[in-house]
Parts: sequence; C-alpha cells; structure tokens
Amino acid sequence: MPKIEEYVPIVGQPLIEDLKLLGERLKGKVIQHINSTPVGGGVAEILNRMVPLFIELGVDTKWDVIKGGEQFFNVTKKFHNALHGKAEEITLKDFDIFMETSQYNIENTNIYGDIVFIHDPQPIALIKKKKDNKWLWRCHVDVSDPSEKVWDFLMNFIVQYNSAVFSAPSFSRKLPIRQFLIPPSIDPLSDKNKELPQETIDSVLRKYGIKKDKPIITQISRFDRLKDPVGVIEAYLLVKRYIDCQLVLAGGTAEDDPEGLKVLEEVKERAKVDNDIHILLLPHSNIEVNALQRGSDVILQKSIREGFGLTVAEALWKSKPVVASNVGGIPLQIKHKYSGLLCHSVEGASFAIKQILSSPEYAKRLGENGREHVKNNFLITRHLRDYMLLFLSLYYPEDVIQFC
Amino acid sequence: MTALFKAKEPFKFCTRLHLSELTGLRATTLGQLLSLIKKVPGSCIYHHTHRFLQQHQFFSPEPPNDFAYWVTGILGEEELGEKLVSIDTIQYPTIRDLREKIASTIENYLERHPLARLKFARQQEEFYFIKSVSFILPTSYKAYDLSEFAQVLKKITIDSIYFHIFEARLRLEKPTNDFSFWIENSLGDKELADSISRLDPYTRTLEDLRSVIIRVVEKRIKE
Repeated sequence: MPKIEEYVPIVGQPLIEDLKLLGERLKGKVIQHINSTPVGGGVAEILNRMVPLFIELGVDTKWDVIKGGEQFFNVTKKFHNALHGKAEEITLKDFDIFMETSQYNIENTNIYGDIVFIHDPQPIALIKKKKDNKWLWRCHVDVSDPSEKVWDFLMNFIVQYNSAVFSAPSFSRKLPIRQFLIPPSIDPLSDKNKELPQETIDSVLRKYGIKKDKPIITQISRFDRLKDPVGVIEAYLLVKRYIDCQLVLAGGTAEDDPEGLKVLEEVKERAKVDNDIHILLLPHSNIEVNALQRGSDVILQKSIREGFGLTVAEALWKSKPVVASNVGGIPLQIKHKYSGLLCHSVEGASFAIKQILSSPEYAKRLGENGREHVKNNFLITRHLRDYMLLFLSLYYPEDVIQFC
Repeated sequence: MTALFKAKEPFKFCTRLHLSELTGLRATTLGQLLSLIKKVPGSCIYHHTHRFLQQHQFFSPEPPNDFAYWVTGILGEEELGEKLVSIDTIQYPTIRDLREKIASTIENYLERHPLARLKFARQQEEFYFIKSVSFILPTSYKAYDLSEFAQVLKKITIDSIYFHIFEARLRLEKPTNDFSFWIENSLGDKELADSISRLDPYTRTLEDLRSVIIRVVEKRIKE
C-alpha cells in the first residue's frame, strides 16, 4: 500500500500537510468502519485503501465486516434494487430474514469505536448498540427515487444516527439528522489507476483476444441490470452500423450480489449476434481493469441508476473520453460536452460514441478536462479530508468552526 | 522600503476546509427557488455563490454561481441567468446583502416575465440546496515581511488563499481581505494593500489569483 507522502507528486505537499493537520485534531478517537463484504464492490475497495492511510495520518481506524448468509444477501440485494426504484416484491418474510441476521450481528459484533461508521443498509441495524458514542450512516446507494416501503423501514434506523452521508445532492431527503454530501473517490496509486507500461496493456488485450485493429468501446461494471449491460450492447450495435468497432463488457461479481451470474448469462445470450463483442468475467484483477480502460478508445457507463459510478472517475483519470448516463453521481463527474458526454437513452449513447470516434481532437479535449476535474475533486486525498472533517463535525454543530 | 520592513506581528496563514451539508430542500420552479433563497441559512447562499471557486480550480466551465447555472441550463431562462451571473459579489459586504440582491433580481424578472413561473425542472435536475460548513485551521506558515509573504504564497494551498481572500471578508464580515489588512496595518503599505483589495477575485481561478497576488507583491519588493 502506498504511503501518504507518495501522493505529494500528484496533489502537492500543502494538501498533504492539511491532511496531517486534520489527523492531529482526531488524535485519541477510534473510528470503526463496518460494512458487509471485505472484497468486491466500491465500498470494500475504498476502505482497503483508506484505512492504512488514516492510520498513517494518526487516525486510529479499524474495519469490521458483518456476517450474512445467502438468504440475507438475497434480501439486501432486493433492498438495494428497491432503493434504486426498481419494482421488487418485498415480503414480511424478507424483513424477518433481515432482522434475524441483524440480530445475530448485534449480538456478535464488538462495538468499540468513538465513532462508528456504518456503510450501506446491510449493517444499519447495528445502531441498536448505540451508547454515548457517535454513529454515522454512509449511504452509497442512489436513493433519489426509492421504494417507500424499504426506505420507511430503513428510516427506523437512520433517525437514530448522528449524521448520514450521501454521494450526490439528488439522494438527499428531508431527514431529522444532519446529512452531508461526500462523493467517493479513486486512488491514483492503486493497481486500478496507476500508470501502466504499454506492454502490460497490450498483454492484457492479447490475453482476452482483443485486437487493436478497430476502436474499442468498453464498459467496466458488475453484471447488474442497473448497469444496463444489454443497453450497452444495443448502443454498440447502433454505432456498428456506421463505424467498425468492438465492444468490451467486463466486470466481476461481489460476494453480496447473488444476481450477478444470472445477468451475465442474459448478456452472453444477447452478445451472440456479433463476434466483436467481448464479454469478460474478470477475476479481481485491478491491473487488468486498468489495462482495459487504458487500451480503450471510449469508455461507456450506461447505468440506469448509479450510487456514484466510480468507473467514470477511473476512466477520466486516464484521460479517456467517457459517455455516461445522466444519473446519480455521474453528472458531478461529467459536465456535458466539457469533460465527457452525458446521455439518457440507448440512442443518445450511440450518437455520443459516434461523435467521439469521429472526432479524435474533441475526444482528447474531453479526456484532458476530465482528468483535471478528477484531480481536483475525486481523488482519495479529498475523500480522506472530507471524512476527517465529517468526524470533526460530530463534535462541532456550527457552520463555521474556527481553530485559529 | 516596505519590502525590508519587518512586522511585529507576522501574518499567520490559516487554511479553510469545507464540508457540504445537505438540507433536503429542493426547488423545481423559479417560484420555489425564490421562496427558498429567502429562507435558507446564509451558509447555503454562501455555498451556491462560492462552491465553483474551489471545485473548478483550473478553469470554470460554468457560470460562476449555482443559481445562474440552474436558471440558464435547466430552466432555459438565459436573460435571468445572465443577470444572476453578473451580480458583482464583491460589492456586497455580507451574505445578507448578497441574498437580498439575488432574491430581488429573481423577483424583478418574474414580475416582467410571469410565464417563467410555469417552467419545471425534470426529476433529478431540481435545485438542491446545500450548506457550506467551514473548518478554519492554523497552518505552520507565517511571514514577517513581504519577501517571506511572497515565498509562502507560492507554496500554500489554494484553500488558504481562498480563506484569506473570500471567506474572511464575506463570511466573517471583515472590512477587507486578510492580506490587505495585514499589509496596510502591519507593514504600513496602503498602496499595496489597496491594489490587492481592488482585484476582482470572482473573475479568476484561484491559481490565477495566486499568481496575480505574487506578481503584485514581488513588483513591490523590487521597487
């Protein structure tokens, strides 16, 4: 794992000094993060990177994971979909399963943090263990139009927290507790985002049988209906009528996502019509994801709903032109026609891809602007800073907090 | 002469870091926007008129306040957007004054264009009111004279420059920016102080602002 000083060449020494100043203010506090999976998905990924950096900054940080079986994760996946506004039949039994596993975790999870930082709905019921410490609930999900049934159920817990955190303004709702906007981030030094030699990029493309003889359009994301992989294929096929190109749909599955393999099969079925579509079920290999993004000519993120869409920031950091849906946290990352192209439909996505493939100079400019925007707003150093400010805010209710 | 003069009290550089606090309040129409602008906390008005400065450090691709951006880009009211964008923020000594100016600009426009009330933003394109929570922290940097001052300006974060130029004046309601105040009162150089306070910081990126201030100070040192 990189040391904090290794970020200096990217973000500058003064910014790292600010982080150290904040770390000093949090000396003596123990921060306990709790989520539902140690690997796979954005939450585990960012915690893996952040925890060692927090410790280096002097913030005593721990990370625990709750237990949950297949039934529990099936229910939480339904919750996840329902929070994203997808019609899901959620029964009383589902709520019972959720509460049964939650009760097990309440009884078996050791809570020792001065600040307990709960990620997403799976561990939300642990709030029942709240004493005189501070509790934060971090919602990584797009809840702009949630199923009221699930949201009302979660509200029973949310109101007991000190503060909640959302990734985009459109996810905010009227709540009786403080709520903060903290977008997630990418780590520029991680295997997924660091610079790669051209030989590595070429060897990954070779490994998956992707030739560089025609433009490569890529979407990297879990095989999840909310990422609209079938819509991606439809958009690609519309482009293919005019421009000879190829499509890479690549992603893995997470431990807490039982639906992934089913969606993968549907996608493979739809992809049979064209030999230039590469469906890749990647192992948890971040170098390969990095290489695929760097080897692509256009990156697509045609999500129907999106908690944030970190793959957009990853692609922009690599100065790639991106076409992405105008949902969730994506418009925070892309200003239309400035740092990428936003779309609302299969046809819109296809038109934007054609624009980019036909205008290399325009594509280059979009990518360069995108990288600069990510550098200023979506790197892990900004995220560390926001979290430390969030922890401090638990002890200071004012709008202006002066330490000097 | 000022360049050699050492102040008794050094300029102590602070930095300002901020968190965005969501309010759950949103506007779909111009009428709702106006009504909420009148009652949200001052820290919301501050956020929506200053956020762009720190988020688009390298180049501002959008009108430099969120109200103007929304009115133009989402509701398509370009004339009102232009009026909002051209509000001369530096002329308003407090957030209260700035809020009144923004509100009266929208009110006057609605009187002349009542049909503008009928336009709605689509879902997810509503105006979301956000508050700015500021944390002001001391840094280890200080300067006793202009030469040290210029050297520190080259290495501090833009957040520090932001704090001393924008936040100190408008949010903490000081009569001028911190740099000018110290240069005038501790170094006795009113001319240099005035030349910094005359800069319009709202029409530049923060990196530009840093370069301009350094240039002005270094020119003074050479004189």
